[in-house]
Amino acid sequence: MKLSTTTRAAAVSSALAATLALAACGASNEEPSGSAGAAASGGSASSAAPELSGALVGAGASSQQSAMEAWQAGFEGENPDVQFSYDPSGSGNGRKAFLSGAADFAGSDAALKDEELTQAADRCATADVFELPNYISPIAIAFNLEGVDTLNLKPATVADIFSGKVTTWNDPAIAADNAGVTLPATPIVPVHRGDDSGTTENFTAYLHEAAPDAWTAEPDGVWPLEGGENANGTSGVIDVVTSTAGAITYADASRASDLGVVSVAVGSEFVAPSAEAAAAVVENSPVVEGRGDYDFAIELNRATEGSGEYPVVLISYHVGCVQYDDAAKAAAVKGFMQYVISEDGQAASSENAGSAQISETLRTQAQTAVDAITAAG
Amino acid sequence: MTATKAPTEPPAQRPVRRPGDRLFAGAARGSGIFILLVLAGVAAFLISEAIPALTAAPSEIPDGNGLGPYIGPLVLGTLLGAVIALLVATPLAVGIALFVTYYAPRRIAATMGYVIDLLAAIPSVVYGFWGLAVLAPKLVPFHAWAADHLGFLPFFAGPASASGRTMLTVGIVLGVMILPIISAISREVFSQAPALHREAALALGATRWEMIKMAVLPYGKSGVIAGSMLGLGRALGETMAVAIILSGGAGATVNLISNSNPSTIASNIALRFPEATGIGVNTLIASGLALFLITLAVNMLARWIVNRRADFSGAN
Repeated sequence: MKLSTTTRAAAVSSALAATLALAACGASNEEPSGSAGAAASGGSASSAAPELSGALVGAGASSQQSAMEAWQAGFEGENPDVQFSYDPSGSGNGRKAFLSGAADFAGSDAALKDEELTQAADRCATADVFELPNYISPIAIAFNLEGVDTLNLKPATVADIFSGKVTTWNDPAIAADNAGVTLPATPIVPVHRGDDSGTTENFTAYLHEAAPDAWTAEPDGVWPLEGGENANGTSGVIDVVTSTAGAITYADASRASDLGVVSVAVGSEFVAPSAEAAAAVVENSPVVEGRGDYDFAIELNRATEGSGEYPVVLISYHVGCVQYDDAAKAAAVKGFMQYVISEDGQAASSENAGSAQISETLRTQAQTAVDAITAAG
Repeated sequence: MTATKAPTEPPAQRPVRRPGDRLFAGAARGSGIFILLVLAGVAAFLISEAIPALTAAPSEIPDGNGLGPYIGPLVLGTLLGAVIALLVATPLAVGIALFVTYYAPRRIAATMGYVIDLLAAIPSVVYGFWGLAVLAPKLVPFHAWAADHLGFLPFFAGPASASGRTMLTVGIVLGVMILPIISAISREVFSQAPALHREAALALGATRWEMIKMAVLPYGKSGVIAGSMLGLGRALGETMAVAIILSGGAGATVNLISNSNPSTIASNIALRFPEATGIGVNTLIASGLALFLITLAVNMLARWIVNRRADFSGAN
């Protein structure tokens, strides 16, 4: 196609105009990002630690990413000589990287499996591993129903909604717990995560334990039921629910603020997701026995009946060695973990990621592990 | 072409070989061999990484039903989306190409050609967001209508999705994405229809449409088919837009409007890979091998159709 210079110029400029118009469309479609990188408060180091240096490499759960950004900012503020990096490549990859020695510590939505514990014994020479539940985040069950901001639901009702047995919002099972709320006959559209996710694993574990009769599928990071509406990532499911009347999903509580939120039945009361209620259930759950002195893997009591406990939570661990060959490495890991469990560190992640701050009991418990981190030799 | 300087002296008995000639010939040959090596390398990687999944016990494959039941729905989903895209895009692209080459005033035609080519420059993630945020909600009423009135067809069996994130929406978005490929090739071929044929048709009293029907379309047919096949190749492999829009992951179904759709191979790999471990990774790569073979077959078919009428086509 032959064109004179002038027509070509005209065409190019009109094409440019079209690009700009399209780019504008694209931009307007984007969601405003939920948590802008709020700077962590550059806290005062509680202990007068020696100057830390060298590289500190972490890898693992993407659920911790926002929190990790806050911790990184705070930690590097105190220790500018440490090159900190965290690869949010997923819990499984993080544990693998840690066990192979590629990462100094792992972030993981699940505690080490038994065979991984055996491998960890090799990784950490003769010393123990530590597993600290340092990131606790409530998972909200969020819905989009005009004029309804909150609903009380029993675990079995939640399970029936997500398995498709309860199909409309004015179902008697829902109405029974919500006297005085006008429920429309809108069909319920349950939306689940399409990708493999720690949120799904914790949510299905909750359904499995709190409503064993209504929910028989085993807990899994991949949604265990066939079919149904799904979307990818927390922002994906939130987007779909926001734009679909009658939709319901489960997502990190900090991202569900614009939607209606379910208060789940715990014992005889209904508890809404909150940082305090999430921390309470973790604190009152037992540590798994027989895994080493500094391994605080938690057997989360999801079927709890304790007052003020919100049992739909995601726990993410930090996994590392109690002993490192390299003194600088040991000092860096120790310094970082010290910061993470400090009040400053927990406040920073809470502000940036909306997570729950760990309780004093958990902090005291974690402190024993942090104190034990040493260099071999 | 500044790499070699044309010799100024009269041609000798045997051709003159300057260092530049040899360099250029070597570089060109090297590039040709290199691309073959890359292709062979990719194929070798896919096959070697897929073998553990091919030989694994069915219970080890994710979902626990074996490789066939895992990949089958994905292949179906991939083909469904691509075929809808083709059905949407081909008639539109041919119409656009004819308008640009034979109906539009020259100035408008040139501008329009550029604008349509520009569709190819939009990143697929933007198409994905457009499909999710704009097109899917707009298509919800159509989904409900189709479920009510066309429900006797297996494609529209319903129940209609309330969010519009269905295979139908994905197919339409893919159709828009492959439009520029098909229309660009069709345009080139149509514009090369012999002027003698066209003028003869007009001289015999044909209207413009009759002229196109008699002289342009038969000539351009292979080009349109080749363009469609290239478009199909892109639609088959499209990842991001499908991953964003589609509510996938269900088993094999041809129902286009419900919220349970089979995923596509490429989007399934993108979504599952980050958390996959062990044999799961090999399974995903095996599905990638299946996609590789499908696209290879499509491209070879396109080549074959183009070569069948190589002397006419402007697409090669």
